[in-house]
Amino acid sequence: MEHFLLGDLTWSALPHQWFTVGATATIVAGLAVLAGLLTYLKKWKWLWKEWLTSTDPKKIGIMYIVMASVMLFRGGLDAAMIWLQQAMSAGNAPGFLGAAHGYLDANHFQQIFTAHGDIMVFFVTMGFFFGLINLIVPLQIGARDLAFPFMNSLGFWLYVAGAVFINMFFVIGGQFAGSGWLSLPPLSELQYSPGTGIDYWVWSLQISGLGSLLGGINFVATILKMRAKGMTLMKMPLFTWTSLCSMVLVIASFPVLTITTLLLWADRFFGMHFFTTTAGGNPMLYVNLIWMWGHPEVYILVIPAFGIFSEVVSTFSGKRIFGYVSMVMAAIGITLLSFLVWLHHFFTMGAGADVDAFFGIMTGVIAIPTAVQIFNWIATMYRGRIRFTTPMMYFLGFAGIFTMGGMAGVLLSIPGADFELHNSLFLVAHFHTMIVSAALFGIFAGITYWFPKVTGFTLNERIGRRAFWLWVVGYFVSFIPLYILGFLGATRRLDHYAASTGWQPLFITAGVGVLIIAAGALTQVWQVIVSIRERDEHRDTTGDPWGGHSLEWSTPSPVPYYSFAVAPEVDSRDAFWEMKKRGWKPGPAAPGTYKDIVMAKNTGMAIYLSGFVFLGAFGLVWHIIWLAVAGIGGAIACFIIQSFDEDTEYILPAAEVERLDRMAWERNK
Amino acid sequence: MDNEQTITPMTEAEERTDTQVFGFWLYLMTDLIIFGVLFAVYFVLRGATFGGPASYDLFSLRSALAETIVLLTSSFTCGLALVAAQRGKANQTIGWLAATFALGAAFLALELTELSRFVATGASPERSAFLSAFFTLVGTHGLHIGVGLLWIAVAIVQVRLRGLTAGTRSKLTRFALFWHFLDIVWIFIFSTVYLYGII
Repeated sequence: MEHFLLGDLTWSALPHQWFTVGATATIVAGLAVLAGLLTYLKKWKWLWKEWLTSTDPKKIGIMYIVMASVMLFRGGLDAAMIWLQQAMSAGNAPGFLGAAHGYLDANHFQQIFTAHGDIMVFFVTMGFFFGLINLIVPLQIGARDLAFPFMNSLGFWLYVAGAVFINMFFVIGGQFAGSGWLSLPPLSELQYSPGTGIDYWVWSLQISGLGSLLGGINFVATILKMRAKGMTLMKMPLFTWTSLCSMVLVIASFPVLTITTLLLWADRFFGMHFFTTTAGGNPMLYVNLIWMWGHPEVYILVIPAFGIFSEVVSTFSGKRIFGYVSMVMAAIGITLLSFLVWLHHFFTMGAGADVDAFFGIMTGVIAIPTAVQIFNWIATMYRGRIRFTTPMMYFLGFAGIFTMGGMAGVLLSIPGADFELHNSLFLVAHFHTMIVSAALFGIFAGITYWFPKVTGFTLNERIGRRAFWLWVVGYFVSFIPLYILGFLGATRRLDHYAASTGWQPLFITAGVGVLIIAAGALTQVWQVIVSIRERDEHRDTTGDPWGGHSLEWSTPSPVPYYSFAVAPEVDSRDAFWEMKKRGWKPGPAAPGTYKDIVMAKNTGMAIYLSGFVFLGAFGLVWHIIWLAVAGIGGAIACFIIQSFDEDTEYILPAAEVERLDRMAWERNK
Repeated sequence: MDNEQTITPMTEAEERTDTQVFGFWLYLMTDLIIFGVLFAVYFVLRGATFGGPASYDLFSLRSALAETIVLLTSSFTCGLALVAAQRGKANQTIGWLAATFALGAAFLALELTELSRFVATGASPERSAFLSAFFTLVGTHGLHIGVGLLWIAVAIVQVRLRGLTAGTRSKLTRFALFWHFLDIVWIFIFSTVYLYGII
C-alpha cells in the first residue's frame, strides 16, 4: 500500500545534505517572500490576469526573459562552484565539508557540472531567445499575434515546468544526474546511475523540449503565414530570417532529443536494452542520436544572435545591411550544414578515417557561411556613421572573440588534432567562447537594443558599457587559461589533480575571471535598477530611439497590447526606413484607417495543463503509478476541454483602437 | 496582375483553417522524425537478439497482413468521412467516423493480441535489444492509434453538438491528415519490419 501511494519515495529522499538543505531553504524562502509581497501589495489577481494567463506574445516574451534571468543566476552559481572546487583541489590538501579534495566530493561535483550545462543550454539561452523572438518577430513582420496564441502560452508554461523540474531534486530526491549534460550511457543506465537523478534529467528535458517544439512549430507557422501585406520572404528583417532558421532547426532536431532520451528512460524504467552494455544494447547509438540533436542545437542557440547583430550593426552604422541576400543564404547554409557534422563530437568513436574525414571537412565548411556573415557586418560598418552604443559594443566584442573561438573550432575539426584535444579543457574553452560571445552577447545586445520598445525607456548607457567591459575582460581571464590547460592535458570535468602538474595558478586565474564576469552580471542588474529609477530622463517618446529600420520601431513605446493600431503594409526591405524617407512621422494613424481587431483572450488552461504534465512526470520519476496516470489523464482532459472552447477571441472595436492609439502617442508628448 | 484577379482572396475562416492545417503539417513532420529515429534504431539493433528469438522466429505474416488490411480500410472510411463533411452531411460524417473508430480499435486489438502472444512466449522487450526496438517502434505507432481513437470520439461529439462548422471541419481535416500519416508509417512498418523480418 505504501509503495502504491508513494512509489520509491521515502524519508531519505528529503533534503539532508548541506547543499540540498541550503538550496531547498533558499527556494522556499524566496517563494515565501514573493508570495508575501504579492499578498501585501494585493497583486495576485493582477499577476494572474495580466501576466500568467496572458496569450500576448510580448508578455510571454517578458516572462521568458525573467525566468531565463533567474536561471542564469542559478547556472552561474554552479559555474562559480565548479571553479572554486578546481582552484582549491590541487594535491593532497585536506578537504572541507567531508570532501577528500576541495569542498565538494566527486559525486556532488559531477551533479554540479551536469546541472550547469543543462540549465545554461535549455533554460537560459533557449529561454532568452524564445523571449526575444516572442517579443520582436511578430512586430517585425507586422503581425499582432502568433498563429497559435494558446500554444504559445502552453510552450512557455511547459518551459517553466521543465525549469522547476530540473531544480526539484533539491527538495525531493537529494541528487541530480551526475553524468554530464547529455547523460551518455552506459554511465546513465540504471546499473551505474541508480536513484532518480537521471530520471529527473530525462523528464525535465522532455517537458521543456515539448515546450520548445510547440514554440518552433508556432513560430515557423507565424513567420510563413502571418506576415504583413507585401512582406515577401526576401523583404523580411534579418532577425526574423535567422529566427525562422533557428525554429526550423528546433522542429527538425528536438524530436530526436525527445525520442532518444525517452529510449534511455525506457531502458531504466522498463528494463529495455537500447543502450545497455548487455543483451545487445549499443551505447554508441545513443551518442550518435543525441549529437544529431546536439549539434543543430548549438546553431539554434547561435543563429538568432546573428540576426540580432545584423539589426544592431545596420542600425548603429546608419546603413542598410551589406549583402542581404548572402546573409540569408549564409543563415540557410548554416542551418543545413548543422545536420551534417554531428560525428565531430566523437571522432574517437573509431568510425574509420573516411567517415572522420567527411565529418571533419563538413565541420570546416561551416566556417564559410559564418565568415560570410562576419565580413558582411564589417562591410556594413565600412564608411558608416557608427554610434558606439552598448549593443554595438557587444557586437564588436562578439566579432573578435567569436572569430578567435571559431579558429579554435576549425582546429578541432581536424580529426587528428581532435584525438589529442578530445574531452580536454581546450574543448570546454572553445564552446564557451562560442556560446558566451555569440549567444550571450547577442542576448545582451538584443535586450539593450529592444528594451525601450518594451518598457518605454532606454537603459543607462554608461553602466551598460561598464558591464560590457567587465564581461569581455572576465571572459578572457577565465577562458584563456582553459585553452592553455587543455593543451597541457587537463581533461574536462576534473574534480582534483596532482599539485605537480603546476595547473593550480591557471585554475585560480580562471576563477578570478569568473569573479569579473560575476561583477559584470551584477553591474547589469544595477544598470536595470538605475535605469528604472531614471526612467523619466531616458523616455523614448518617438517609439524609434535608435533610428531603426524595421516595423517594430513604427509603434509607440511601450508597444500597446494590440501592437499595431493599423495593420502595416510593406513594399521593400528595411520597410520602416522607407516609410520615414517618405515622410512618416510618429503619431496616431489617420482617422478612418482604423479597423476592428480580433484579439486572443487570456486563458489559464496552459498553466493547468503544464501542472498536470509536471505531476505526471513526477509520478514517473518516483514510480508512483497512480500519480503518473492521473497527471497524464489530467493533461489529456485539459486538452479536450480546450478543444471544446471556441470562445477564445474578442473584438477590439475600431473606435476603441483609435482612442487607445491617440492615448499611446499623446502620453509620450 | 492577371493572377491577382483570377484568385479570389480567402475568407478569414479559410485563412485560419489554412494556417491551422499548415501548423499541423509541421507537427506531423516532427512526428515523422520521431518515427524515423525509431526505424533507424530498429535497423541498427535488428540483429542484436542476444541469443533470444529473432524476427523470423516470431513474426507471422498472417496477423500482420490482417492488421494492415484493417488499418488501410480505416483510412478509406476516414477519407469518406471527410468527403461527407465537405458535402455538409453531418450524420454521414459521424457514421464514417464511427466506422473508422471501429476499424482502428480492431487494429489495436489485433496488435495487442500479437504483442501479448510474443510476451507469453518469452519474447518480451527486456529480452534483447532487438525486441526492445521492435516493441518500441510498433508500440509507439499503436499509442498514436490510441490517441487517434480518442480524437475520433471527441470529433464525433463535437460534430454532433455543433454540426459541420468551419471549426469542426478544420479539426476533421487535421484528424484525417493524422490518420493517413499513421497509415503511411504502418506501411513502412509492415514492409520493412514484418516482410523484411521474415526473409
